[in-house]
Amino acid sequence: MNDDHDSAYAGLLVDDAHWAFGEAAHDDPLAGMDTSIPAGVDATELASYCLELGDDALVLAHRLSEWCGRAPDLEEDIALSNIALDLLGQARLLLTRAATADPSVVPPLPDGSPVPPEDALAFFRDDHQFRNTNLVELPNGDFAETICRVLVWATYRLALFERLAAHPDGVVRAVAAKGVKELAYHRDFAAQWFVTLARGTEESRRRLHTGLAQVWGYRHQRGEDAVAEAVLAEVLAAAGVAAPDVGPVATSSHTEHLSRMLAEMQVVARAHPRGRW
Amino acid sequence: MVRAAAEVAAEVVDPELPMLTLADLGVLRSVETEGDAVVVTITPTYSGCPATAAMRDDLVHRLRREGYDDVRVAIALHPAWTTDWITEGGRRALAAAGISPPGPARTGPVPLTVTPVRRQLTCTRCASSDVELTSEFGPTACTALYRCRSCGEPFEHVKEI
Repeated sequence: MNDDHDSAYAGLLVDDAHWAFGEAAHDDPLAGMDTSIPAGVDATELASYCLELGDDALVLAHRLSEWCGRAPDLEEDIALSNIALDLLGQARLLLTRAATADPSVVPPLPDGSPVPPEDALAFFRDDHQFRNTNLVELPNGDFAETICRVLVWATYRLALFERLAAHPDGVVRAVAAKGVKELAYHRDFAAQWFVTLARGTEESRRRLHTGLAQVWGYRHQRGEDAVAEAVLAEVLAAAGVAAPDVGPVATSSHTEHLSRMLAEMQVVARAHPRGRW
Repeated sequence: MVRAAAEVAAEVVDPELPMLTLADLGVLRSVETEGDAVVVTITPTYSGCPATAAMRDDLVHRLRREGYDDVRVAIALHPAWTTDWITEGGRRALAAAGISPPGPARTGPVPLTVTPVRRQLTCTRCASSDVELTSEFGPTACTALYRCRSCGEPFEHVKEI
């Protein structure tokens, strides 16, 4: 029995008029959850931290989605899209948490705009208002470089999310606990490809070394982490690859790459802040 | 006669795995009535699962049709969903539909795996255990892709999480 899905439109007929480019306001990803600010937590700092974590996920999700239809084969295309989808989900939760903690972070929109806070944050902030690291905004490069970035980023993010199990905010704790399970699949996907490319041909090794050198200096832009470093060392050892001789790249203002990415991501949404369907 | 809200909610199926009810999948956490209102609590499978919105709409749609006008769907993120919550009936329904059900989910620190994951699976078509992993990421967020070396059948496996 499956009469909910006899028609592709049947399931959409509940209060379905919503902003044309995002989620319906009633599709709040934190619906019914306790979003009060825990004792001892500064709401502004919590919102700022959630924007950092959410923007990292959002920007990398967009970069990975640029592979859709372009990956070396269908399985990797689907894998990168799946990882992007998980990160987009993390971003939705974290941006929504930022907006509930400190509504002043949400950019103002025209009266009558149906854009929910998570989408206002994603589509209506300018480049300088994004809190992501440079690591996630760099262009994709080739497949090897993308694998290196996912490996470095997911390894650091996983180690961070394991520690966030002790965060005072219940929403952050829940997002992190869920994210740990997803990030483990992302990290291992990248680690397995890293080893495969290292053991492949001269050309695949050359590209892997080039890609790793591109991203290596950015890996501790959210702080150094001994757990993550140990995991990366294990992957490099399994692959027989030496760590690149690249010093840390300090977090700086955003690069032009982010501006160009956001222009593409935001242009249609910004043209129709009141668009409904 | 008005049917119990919990009974109605328990019949709603997953939009992507329609052989499973939301109860079988372990996504349906509770159904409570507060006066005339019904509050259904669900726990999404993956952070970005695009089926979550469809689940919410289907729950509201079904309950309204049974006469419950005020239906709210709440999200519970903690504890996180795990494939261990898929019921025995759900596992049988998956296997009957040609989808390999998950093994036990791992707990504790997440070990690094630099070689492809090895699972003891059998082909859902011919029961051969000579199967190979095609990809850890399948057509939906919760499945991996396998292929049977004996009969050639490609099939999905609900991956442990």
